[in-house]
Amino acid sequence: MLPIPLVSSEQVAIQEGLFTWPAESPQLIASKCGDCGEITFPKQDSCPACAGREVEDVLLSQRGTLWTFTVQHFPPPVPFIGQTDRENFEAFGVGYVELPEGIRVEGRLTENDPERLDIGMEMELCIEKFVEDDQGRDVMTFAWRPVAGTGE
Amino acid sequence: MSRDIAIIGIGLHPFGRHEGVNAIQMGVKAANLALEDARVPWKDIQFAFAGALEVTQPDSIIKFLGLTGIPFTSIFNGCATGGSLLLNASHAINAGSGDIGIVIGFDKHPRGAFSVGDDMEGIGLGQWYGATGMAMNPQFFAMKTKRYMYDHGITSDCLTRIAMKNFKNGSLNPAAWRRKALDYEAIENSPMVCDPLRQYHFCSPSEGAAAVVVCRADVARRYTTRPIYLRADVFTTRLYGSFETMSPSTPARNVPGPTVQASEAAYEAAGIGPQEIDVAQLQDTEAGHEMMHMAENGFCKDGEQEALVREGATAIDGRIPINTDGGLMANGEPIGASGLRQIYEVCLQLRGDAGSHQIPRDVKTGYTHVYGFPGVSCVTILST
Repeated sequence: MLPIPLVSSEQVAIQEGLFTWPAESPQLIASKCGDCGEITFPKQDSCPACAGREVEDVLLSQRGTLWTFTVQHFPPPVPFIGQTDRENFEAFGVGYVELPEGIRVEGRLTENDPERLDIGMEMELCIEKFVEDDQGRDVMTFAWRPVAGTGE
Repeated sequence: MSRDIAIIGIGLHPFGRHEGVNAIQMGVKAANLALEDARVPWKDIQFAFAGALEVTQPDSIIKFLGLTGIPFTSIFNGCATGGSLLLNASHAINAGSGDIGIVIGFDKHPRGAFSVGDDMEGIGLGQWYGATGMAMNPQFFAMKTKRYMYDHGITSDCLTRIAMKNFKNGSLNPAAWRRKALDYEAIENSPMVCDPLRQYHFCSPSEGAAAVVVCRADVARRYTTRPIYLRADVFTTRLYGSFETMSPSTPARNVPGPTVQASEAAYEAAGIGPQEIDVAQLQDTEAGHEMMHMAENGFCKDGEQEALVREGATAIDGRIPINTDGGLMANGEPIGASGLRQIYEVCLQLRGDAGSHQIPRDVKTGYTHVYGFPGVSCVTILST
């Protein structure tokens, strides 16, 4: 059996600098303030807490707990680039996952059934295909996935 | 600020859908009604502020009112625009820019959910955030509501009763857009939009305009026998750590939102507390936020909402009537005009002119509250 390449050349991150990519174990990239220690995702050049300008990149934990969530039941308007016709639109979950670093990070959820989501459940980061771009490449984004066995 | 500023004229172009009428035309209508109400001709107006989202330059309205050379400033602070307009008018008077001025808010939004537009960078976010479907206020409203219900043991019964109350108030208000009372089942069975919020728990974008003529309090009685005094007007932006819409991340701690800052400062400026407020208009983009705003504005403690709403405490004849004109839910939200609609309604109530939705007892002190992206709030306290 041929080895499967880690990342095919047809996969591109939806935006540079959001998560390490390609990577064997991708992580979100945040900024940490050198003055007050607050962490912000996505990274930015200044600290929203203390206005400090000395910030450095940090990689966030890949697991945390679901702090809150919802399910988007209708196609969002622009600038959404996913499926927008009501026939083919699939509801998607969105939630905030609280990480050990003391930050809650918003993301799409791989689960869209609210009955299978609970505040406090363990979630892990995953990188998934979101859409295909006009060159036929898979556009990858991050999402939170329930850790197997922790859901009800 | 205390009693330096008086409202002497109010005007409203009813909110709703108005085919063939543009936003500026609605603004002109509201402005002229406010001027007539104050019995002030346009040539006596010394300064003006206007706000709108969908109008390229709101101050261009001036050519339909009169080219008198006055300073006319456009202001936009999202859903808090109305409060911001009034605050700037009061600053102008206190700074000596004039004794009498007008504020005008108007808007005309396309049908459907609000869009933040094509360009996420215009609101300080990466394009990926909107591209993946997360630049949606309803999601934030739902997620804040969901967590609040979890933390404070509130059920969807509370949301549905708030919506029922607002649509009932709208049915009593001839100027409201949604004039049909909705029963419990109709709301509870309406389609889910963003869990736990259903279609009839939400307001919709709409069209309309409102205007207010203000003057120095000590000259108010030249114009009217019934001035309404601006006792407090406080504008705040969020502090680091509060949970706000369009936030890819937020620190894992619970910091009060800008409403709490604005509300506490407004009570302090007015020298009164929430128990002395006779009528309140609170930002009800959806039932979840009216619920949370009851506590954030000091009208109850966290978790008390379910019992209060069930016993009718926030109904027109309740202990603390909230959104007596139907609120955003029954009027929709033309963003530039929405805050001034609240002022208009409180003035009607304080004057005793609200007719079929008049509070059936003495109303001396009123409260308005707007809140929105990017974490802004404005609170006013008004009194006879």
